Amino acid sequence: MMSVETEINFKLNGREVSLRVPATMKALAMLRDRLGLTGTKYACGEGECGACTINVDGKTVNSCLMYAVDCDGREVVTVEGLRTPEGLHPVQQAFVDHGAIQCGFCTPGMIMQAQHLLENNPTLTREEAKRGLEGNICRCTGYTKVLDAVEAVADKNGRCSHG
Amino acid sequence: MEKTTTASLTAKKTMIGQRLNKPDAPDKATGKTRYINDMVLPQMLIGKVLFAGRPHARIARLDTTAAEKLPGVHAVLTGKDVAGLKFGFVRDNVPLKDKVRCEHDEIAAVAAETEEIAQRALELIEVEYEDLPGVFTPEDGAREGAPQIHDNFPGNKSLHFEFKDGDLAEAEAASDFVVDNVFRPHHVTHCCMGTSCAIADFDHNGKLTIWTQTQYPYNYKMDLAPALGIHPGNIRVIQPPVGGAFGSKLDVYPYEPIAALLAKKTARPVKVMYSREEEFKASPTRQSAIIHMRTGCTRDGTLTFRTADVLMDNGAYTSWGPTIPVVMMRTVSGHYRVPVVDFKAQAIYTNNPYAGSFRGYGNVQAAWATAQQMDMLADLVDIDPLEFHLKNAQKSGEVTPQKSILNECVFVECLETAAAASDYGRKRKEYAAERNKPGRYKKGIGLASSIHNAGGAKIHKSDGIGTILKVDDYARVTVITGASEIGQGIDVVIMMIVAEELGVPPEHVTIVNNDSDIAPWDVGVHASRTTFIAGNGTRRAAQKARAQILNAAARALGELAEDLDLRDGSVVRNRDGAPLLKLERLMRQMHFQPEPELVMVTDYYEPNSEPEGAKYSSNSSAAYSHAVHIAEITVDTLTGEIKVDKVTVAQDVGRVINRMGLEGQIEGGIAIGLGYALSEDMRIEKGMLKNPCFRDYKLITAPEIPTFDLHFIESYCVEGPYGAKGISELPTIVIAPAIANALYNATGVRIFNPPMSPEKVARAIHERRVQATSPDGGVIPS
Repeated sequence: MMSVETEINFKLNGREVSLRVPATMKALAMLRDRLGLTGTKYACGEGECGACTINVDGKTVNSCLMYAVDCDGREVVTVEGLRTPEGLHPVQQAFVDHGAIQCGFCTPGMIMQAQHLLENNPTLTREEAKRGLEGNICRCTGYTKVLDAVEAVADKNGRCSHG
Repeated sequence: MEKTTTASLTAKKTMIGQRLNKPDAPDKATGKTRYINDMVLPQMLIGKVLFAGRPHARIARLDTTAAEKLPGVHAVLTGKDVAGLKFGFVRDNVPLKDKVRCEHDEIAAVAAETEEIAQRALELIEVEYEDLPGVFTPEDGAREGAPQIHDNFPGNKSLHFEFKDGDLAEAEAASDFVVDNVFRPHHVTHCCMGTSCAIADFDHNGKLTIWTQTQYPYNYKMDLAPALGIHPGNIRVIQPPVGGAFGSKLDVYPYEPIAALLAKKTARPVKVMYSREEEFKASPTRQSAIIHMRTGCTRDGTLTFRTADVLMDNGAYTSWGPTIPVVMMRTVSGHYRVPVVDFKAQAIYTNNPYAGSFRGYGNVQAAWATAQQMDMLADLVDIDPLEFHLKNAQKSGEVTPQKSILNECVFVECLETAAAASDYGRKRKEYAAERNKPGRYKKGIGLASSIHNAGGAKIHKSDGIGTILKVDDYARVTVITGASEIGQGIDVVIMMIVAEELGVPPEHVTIVNNDSDIAPWDVGVHASRTTFIAGNGTRRAAQKARAQILNAAARALGELAEDLDLRDGSVVRNRDGAPLLKLERLMRQMHFQPEPELVMVTDYYEPNSEPEGAKYSSNSSAAYSHAVHIAEITVDTLTGEIKVDKVTVAQDVGRVINRMGLEGQIEGGIAIGLGYALSEDMRIEKGMLKNPCFRDYKLITAPEIPTFDLHFIESYCVEGPYGAKGISELPTIVIAPAIANALYNATGVRIFNPPMSPEKVARAIHERRVQATSPDGGVIPS
């Protein structure tokens, strides 16, 4: 029951944070239960559904599999950190505009993964988007509108034609 | 992508048929939305449930002493504490059990300060079981001398249904062809992304507030009350945003009364939330069934009769699952003209998990059988396959053997549209000719169709809805409605309808629909009813407000009310659209005049349908709708893998309201049907679920999604709002048999027991090659 607590320092959504966490705590639990960032969702706890996807040092990870202590010294971005002072992030806006959100429970993870894909491949094709989103389960939309949203951003980024 | 066959109205700029975002989408996209799973209340305790983990047993000893003594534990409850608190359809369930009847039976529950303490407390509960012989198939359960699951249900008999019409012997004699098969639709589960969760809190007057994912808040009170021994009037139901429901929250399940009983005992709020593994094991399933179906027709392709003998695995308790025959029999007896019908269904208690309602409710199972038999007969008759479907398709004005009245029926148009768009006739012939030629990859095309209620379903005494609508001094509109929002998008539909009637921007409409102490009666989100029922309710309320506003405007302007209209936030002259008075200003004038008036109207809408009768002969929905799916697939005959390349959909939607939401419901509904068809499978061995995780229970993901070609056929339903019909279940219903028929077209193999997994398909193809019994590609039973 007793577990050793470790102090960790990291950058979270652009701000430095410092807190003590038990060695066994997962990053997902830290974000949700200690830091109040409930945008990152628990849906399976075993890295199979992508609902808890966050960005760590430019790569997406399932925060349900990552230990909180491993955030130490890293730069972490959650779905709450994508929004800019001007408004929604273009990927967030595209999800809204293209009907990619129904119940919305998978949406934060899906958006984190889509944003990551587009950052690394701004003009990606639909097939590339399909493969890149394979680890994110959605039970509502049938993915079509999600792919439409991702493609719309790729088009805005200068993609020539639908891939 | 989609085409609409009827031109939309052009006289006035209309909201109806536009594409509109969900109002909650921005908050969902930024992580701001607080779902029930995210909620934390001050002083809240965490409740956890001890599951039996065995299918059938007596509890010999149960000792909670150590758990109760653990620091941080506030309450431990067992079956002793809930004696007599029976609930469920036939009152066969209790929140905590004194005998084990299935793997996920709830034996004890604890409330503690943290989840870790609650978990530790569960581990300290000592239970000794005496295992009993179990019953794991309905055939075994029905057998003479089978172990009894409930003392008061002899022979393990649960619900029974029968419907007959016409002279069967005569129809059989008149048939040139009869197909006769046994289909076994399997167990699948909803897999809502947000796991099951309830938060309960009692005030000191004995009133319970329960935050729940329920999709039927009003009957929920009635169903929850007996599980707690309190009056339904003492329950307040609050519905925070949920991570999906799909029918799974259409009944009370034990974790909800458990949360409430723990809250009562501790006088603190208690939250119970399932892990994914608990969700898999303890949530309802889709009803499994063994369907023995026969369909006959004459040489010229006229259907003569259909019989269905259905045996259902009830599982350990009775929820909505075994009531599905009510919907199954409509598809079996209708949708194609079937002059003679003989339907019976029996549910048998087993020690398996039990089924609830699931999008498509009974019709997924029925269409799996009927649509495959239609395809088999199409190959036998002397006419063209599409002609065979068209010849037997029901038409407007027909009344089915169950007395369903088909007004505005466009089934023929659906068949013709889908067939033409996909070039069905040519491809079906071409692929069949390729079937027995060499080559690893085979293409196939398959057609399937079904009928579903599209104007509610009067399975309760009422299928109605209450609506309260107010317009404030700033011309902002609030709609207080019983219609629940579970992600499906009724919010947008309501906003669009108010905007249409009152000429306000849709974003000026606020919806209050998540608190049973505020919002009026509704029967819940089910039966594809919400757009139809809540749409009509909203429209009627908005029209009452409109009349009041126009009368006031007429007085203020010295005009006749019928010469005025409401557009773009103003009162305008009908003739030329000239704005005469800002609506906002009018609202304040009405309010602050010497004889002040506020715009606040109420409406109760009850659809024009008859209660579901005991003999299943009544027009229980105010409208019905058909859909046709044509699936085009590629089969890898070596691995058995099916790739669905394209799905052409032609569905009677009545009238498009929110085009974007409609597309989303159809695409999403098909995705659930694709999982059912291809990969989802609860592996239950002797009552124990062997694959309670997403790694082993395969949902459809983005790469498996086919191209969609959606055709919305607008039949303009007289009873529906602006002509709309309910739409959301047919997509889930029709896709699986369309793929099954495409598989046969490609390979000559038929799968009767879903899912059409690669192993099953590869084996069937292999067996067919070995047997090679029939030159035309004979049917291989699976």
